[in-house]
Amino acid sequence: MIKTTLRGAFAATTALSLIASTAMAEDYTKYGIKADVPGTCSFEAIDAKDYTGRTLNIITHAIPVIGEPTALHAQQFQELTGATVNVVHVPFGDLFQRIMIPFQTQQAAYDVLFHASLWLGDFSPFFAEVPAAYQETSGMKSVTDTYRGVSLVDGKLLQYPMDGDRHYLKYRSDVFANPDMQAKFKEATGRDLTVPATWEEYNEVAAVFNDFDFDGDGAPNFGTAEVTKRDDLMFSAFISRVAAYAKHPDVKGGFFFDLETMTPLINTPGWVRGLELFVAAQASMPPGGTSFGLGDEIFSFGGGQTLMSYSWDDAFIQAMQADSPIRNKVAAAPLPGAKEVWNRTTGAWDTFETPNQVSYVTWGWSSAVAAASPNQDMAFDYLCFFSNEANTMADLQIGRFGVNPYRAEHFDPAFYQNDLGWDAAVATTYADTLKAVDSAPNQVFDLRVPGVGEFMSSLAAGVARAQSGEATAQEALDGVAAEWTAIVDRIGKDKVKAAYANVVALEDK
Amino acid sequence: MYRQKYLFLLPGLLVLVAIILFPLLFTIRVSFSSWDVYNPGLDWIGGENYGRLWEDARYWQALGRLTLLSVTTVLIQYVLGFALALMVWRDLAARRLFRVLFLIPMMTTPVVMSVLWRTIFHESLGPLNPILESLGIGAAPWLSSAGWAFAAVVIVEVWQWTPFMFLLLLAGLLSLPNEPYLAAKIDGAGPVRTFFSVTFPMLGAISVGAILIRLIEASKIMETVYVLTSGGPGTSTETSSYYIYIRGMRDFQIGYSAALSLTYLIIMIVALTVIAKLLVRALVKDAA
Repeated sequence: MIKTTLRGAFAATTALSLIASTAMAEDYTKYGIKADVPGTCSFEAIDAKDYTGRTLNIITHAIPVIGEPTALHAQQFQELTGATVNVVHVPFGDLFQRIMIPFQTQQAAYDVLFHASLWLGDFSPFFAEVPAAYQETSGMKSVTDTYRGVSLVDGKLLQYPMDGDRHYLKYRSDVFANPDMQAKFKEATGRDLTVPATWEEYNEVAAVFNDFDFDGDGAPNFGTAEVTKRDDLMFSAFISRVAAYAKHPDVKGGFFFDLETMTPLINTPGWVRGLELFVAAQASMPPGGTSFGLGDEIFSFGGGQTLMSYSWDDAFIQAMQADSPIRNKVAAAPLPGAKEVWNRTTGAWDTFETPNQVSYVTWGWSSAVAAASPNQDMAFDYLCFFSNEANTMADLQIGRFGVNPYRAEHFDPAFYQNDLGWDAAVATTYADTLKAVDSAPNQVFDLRVPGVGEFMSSLAAGVARAQSGEATAQEALDGVAAEWTAIVDRIGKDKVKAAYANVVALEDK
Repeated sequence: MYRQKYLFLLPGLLVLVAIILFPLLFTIRVSFSSWDVYNPGLDWIGGENYGRLWEDARYWQALGRLTLLSVTTVLIQYVLGFALALMVWRDLAARRLFRVLFLIPMMTTPVVMSVLWRTIFHESLGPLNPILESLGIGAAPWLSSAGWAFAAVVIVEVWQWTPFMFLLLLAGLLSLPNEPYLAAKIDGAGPVRTFFSVTFPMLGAISVGAILIRLIEASKIMETVYVLTSGGPGTSTETSSYYIYIRGMRDFQIGYSAALSLTYLIIMIVALTVIAKLLVRALVKDAA
């Protein structure tokens, strides 16, 4: 009996070993990864699945940003599982409607959807909750609370995290460390040159270093590059500039609206101050800088034209490209803050010895599975595979993919130093800044409510009016506030409030 | 007995209904609904969207801006197109080459062309300002100042669509009979007199057609604004089509943008009908 049992156990062990050795023999590095990382959605695990005869339909952004990794991992998924995977690439301007119209007309056009995470308020009724099994994977477990938080609606994980975005300050570290430049700044302002801790300081530094050749390359340099073009994500830049004045660390219950009453706060003094400084900074922008889109901002700072900038990772990554003239001459820091912060509870400005710094967790690509999809099992497997550890670490190294740090291990400076060849100091400031944004006590998130496109479009139009001198900051924001009130009334106060409560919960945690 | 002959009209009628009437009727129906990002479907809200539109200052400003832009660009295109057509009409070496060259802008995809022009106008990286500076004219804030941005849109539109005018007017010139010119020559008319008394009047009908076609097209301007300025700075280059696009596609206010579109369509039909009558009266000799 014992002999038989042992023989059986031996046979089973031998069989398992054979299977394991066969699997271990599989070389997945041909897919461009360093090594497969064992787990629920590893190459090996997905390879073991058979979806032959089934079709997965994916809608995503145009190539390269997100569109390219979507297609790459779709091809891999197809080869590993035998599924047929169709990927539809859509330009950004059309992506929202191309997703929304099938949802509203109750067609299961796509199984997997890649989209901007701030559209969650509009799309959430049509998304399937991420099953518990996927929430327990090692990859999902290491997603930081911030990026898991932006995927939650009423406690349900409706988006599958695959990217992390935030705004932060970037500056030319070589200029800030240059004694001649330090002396020039001291002479102009009477104070030492330091990395701006407030937006007033930011404007001051930008003004001093504007329109002269501070890096000696023969071309004039300028103070600041910012996203200022109306319909090109300018609203995010504006919110970055406003947050420190309008998001009081001790006042809870809403940044965009007063959650209780759903009254827009958009025209309160903190917002107006931020807009005034945004408008004033136009004097320190490069020629054409008052109509810079995101692409312009990336190439202006990333190409060495400007001293400072703030927005997403792209400009920093551009500056750190192998052929960049300013590679390893840049550094990152949290967004500047404010020493005076509007307290809407008391209706007065509060003064802070240490500037109030607010991290703005904005935008970010995300993914989801349609609730109406008949292929949810395969769809979640695809997303889990897309964002497995091996794929993500490979994607992070390719700037044009648009995949940015969102897991705990992504904030390790060693990765940027060893895998991307950055100088230790640059890697440290970058990783530390991202970590600081992620764990900041005072954070602002995008307005993830139904109609976010309309709210942001209205905001951008108002800010643009102030930028062009068509209206004062107060007049422009009063107009936006009136429009926001009308939008809330039209969509329904309760609906907007319910969605906004999720955002406020993140900010007030 | 021959009633079945009407069946032969059926395929054409069905196509007409499918591609013109159905979308139009559907748009009319949608314009009376509140269809937006949160309220999908065809509910009935009466004329609420039209009432809202009436008070939408941004829409009416965009319409006024569009009028100015259309009239300005089409007039310039007409003058330039006529001049170019006259240039290659007769005695010019390599005129076939010039005819093809002049048509190239029109054959370019508007979005591609706009991206190209945006690069040219780029105040930091584009080639135009350095060229102007080297000529001693000085740099211009092409896309960051309201007036210059409007001028930039006009330049791009003129550059792209003057060839259309050129093509139509050249076709008209080539079809003109020779006898009136012989008569003018016998009467001792010089080139200027010949142009104003013979060529221009004889091209009246074609001119009206060309101007109207271009006005219709210019009133739909969208890609150039979208790529070049996004309607800015402020709202200085925002046209009706771009505004409707923002409301419909960006904000997903399907019902409201349908009302905006229909109102715009009606205004355009009325305006262009009036303009056509006035142009025919002014330019076509035997119109009466």
